[in-house]
Amino acid sequence: MATVQIRDVLKSYGTLQVIHGISLDIADGQFVALVGPSGCGKSTLLRMIAGLEEISGGDVEIGEVIVNDLPPKDRDIAMVFQNYALYPHMTVAQNMGFSLRMQGISKAEIRAKVERAAEILGLQQLLDRHPRHLSGGQRQRVAMGRAIVRAPQVFLFDEPLSNLDAKLRVQMRSEIKELHQRLQTTTVYVTHDQIEAMTLADRIVVLNAGRIEQVGSPLELYDTPETLFVAGFIGSPSMNLIKGKVVLGDSPTIVTTDGVSLPLPLVSGLEAGSEITYGFRPEHLSIDPSGMKATVVVIEPTGSETQVNARFGTTPITAIFRDRVDFRPGDSVPLLPDNKRAHVFDTLTGQRLHA
Amino acid sequence: MVTTARPRTKKPNYHWMLHAGLIAGAVLMLYPLLWMIGSSFKPEGQIFSDLNPIPQSLDFSNYIKGWTLGTGVSFTTFYLNSFMICAGAIVGNLFSCSLAAYAFARINFKFKPVLFALMLGTLMLPFHVIVVPQYIIFNTLGWTNSFLPLIVPKFFAVDAFFIFLMVQFIRGIPVELEQAAMVDGCNRGQTFLLIILPLLTPALVTTTIFTFIWTYNDFFGQLLYLNNERKYTVALGLRQFLDASGQSSWGAMFAMTTLSLLPVFVIFLFFQKRLVDGIATTGLKG
Ligand SMILES: Nc1ncnc2c1ncn2[C@@H]1O[C@H](COP(=O)(O)OP(=O)(O)OP(=O)(O)O)[C@@H](O)[C@H]1O
Ligand SMILES: [Mg+2]
Repeated sequence: MATVQIRDVLKSYGTLQVIHGISLDIADGQFVALVGPSGCGKSTLLRMIAGLEEISGGDVEIGEVIVNDLPPKDRDIAMVFQNYALYPHMTVAQNMGFSLRMQGISKAEIRAKVERAAEILGLQQLLDRHPRHLSGGQRQRVAMGRAIVRAPQVFLFDEPLSNLDAKLRVQMRSEIKELHQRLQTTTVYVTHDQIEAMTLADRIVVLNAGRIEQVGSPLELYDTPETLFVAGFIGSPSMNLIKGKVVLGDSPTIVTTDGVSLPLPLVSGLEAGSEITYGFRPEHLSIDPSGMKATVVVIEPTGSETQVNARFGTTPITAIFRDRVDFRPGDSVPLLPDNKRAHVFDTLTGQRLHA
Repeated sequence: MVTTARPRTKKPNYHWMLHAGLIAGAVLMLYPLLWMIGSSFKPEGQIFSDLNPIPQSLDFSNYIKGWTLGTGVSFTTFYLNSFMICAGAIVGNLFSCSLAAYAFARINFKFKPVLFALMLGTLMLPFHVIVVPQYIIFNTLGWTNSFLPLIVPKFFAVDAFFIFLMVQFIRGIPVELEQAAMVDGCNRGQTFLLIILPLLTPALVTTTIFTFIWTYNDFFGQLLYLNNERKYTVALGLRQFLDASGQSSWGAMFAMTTLSLLPVFVIFLFFQKRLVDGIATTGLKG
């Protein structure tokens, strides 16, 4: 196990720069998720840690050693690929033992280690099969087995669950979490699925266009997104974001172009007429006579909660209620965001305005 | 019931006519071959007088006569020579073409597109264009009348067809497999040996078979470079029956020709399946 330090890392393909100076400290044993939209550079960053991609600038350290120029095999890492990359011509046992074989470990010892890993993952029955005779979930497990067999310093995962169906994904997600709790190996996990990141990681790194938007624990990101991008990215259904101008009266208000007006929480840096975005999560809306009239569009009950899609003026908003609701599409309902948990962002810079 | 009965009454079965036609065509095509095989069992006098390919009796004397040829060097030597050249060419092609193909498919180097195009260009180059310069080179090296001109070039990836075949094959192997191997502790060489080569097996088998057949059947190249009877191959050995003594030894020639077909036939028999099926590269994705 080891720490991973990334310092001012850059990556360019020819003249196209895709990573613009990323710095990140990953503590020993930590589970870090890299999330972000497609093409933001998650895989590239991960592959630079793995040594599969040259580092154009900056340093990557694994266990206090600068590894910039070390080939992957000398970095003591294990990687799980999105398509699993199991060797088709080897059995499951050979796949799992391959890295040990490359280290020159004795056959008996490899067998013992492979069997132990197979036991952890429930693969004992499959050891002599070839990958083409396995189901998707089993392949995924073998890929993980290949990673854990050698007890590396760092696990690197690149969207390991994205080829599984929804149910299996949830199951494997908790298996990965359990595995991490058991092995305590430093892990970097790439995903574009923010739920996966939220449920698995100790720390989430939100990337956007080759830059870090925010780093924090899942709940930190959820409760205090530092930028508009993070606010919109983390959370499902995503945060309601309403654009407008500040009107300072008795208390500050946001007024939109289509006439919606909502009271703002007290934050610093509010100036009359400045462009801001007011954000509140769907579950922080309540039905309150002092709220703003919203027109109900769609009601989606799931039993445990009810999701309501409505409109403030022309701005679509989403609300989630734990209680059953008794209104119907077309109704006008007064909705009030909970200002203690609402967020205000500068629309132009995208930065959060703090209290 | 009605629907099955109706076509039967309405439409007579033409299948047998079709088959008869096809069989007639096949016999027509095969007749020379059958005639040759049959003639190899006939006494010399009957060969041209009797057009029936089926011999009246099985007479193996042509085979015995043909094998020893009467000139001191027997077909044992010719077969050994042929197989030696084939083996050398096969090893050379497998080794050099797979390496060249790997480089073209996976490694980025300067002028790769140009070099690749040039390599493919040699496919269009007629053999006859390079015969003379090639002969001069090998003559200068003092390699004529040895197997070297027939084997050594194969170690320098000269068969563009096989390179192209393997390049296409390697391109179909996901890069992630190699990256996984690198993470697992392989360097480039080990990745090639332990991951790429095993997955390339179908292409390697194809290369082996075609190299064998082409080399075994390569009369012209062998005629050009081999002029000592002890170095002769099967193809050259067969020619001996025609001009050796002026005597007609047709029976012996047909016997040896029939035998010379066997290796190719056997290879097809055994590798036909391997030619078709490959290791399914489905360690990926669900
Ligand atoms: N070999 C390459 N040559 C040129 N550009 C590349 C190369 N590999 C990646 N890129 C570019 O780098 C950027 C980041 O790619 P990367 O694969 O890291 O994205 P990602 O965040 O993993 O996306 P996804 O979620 O789709 O996997 C993309 O814009 C991509 O087009
Ligand atoms: Mg990716």
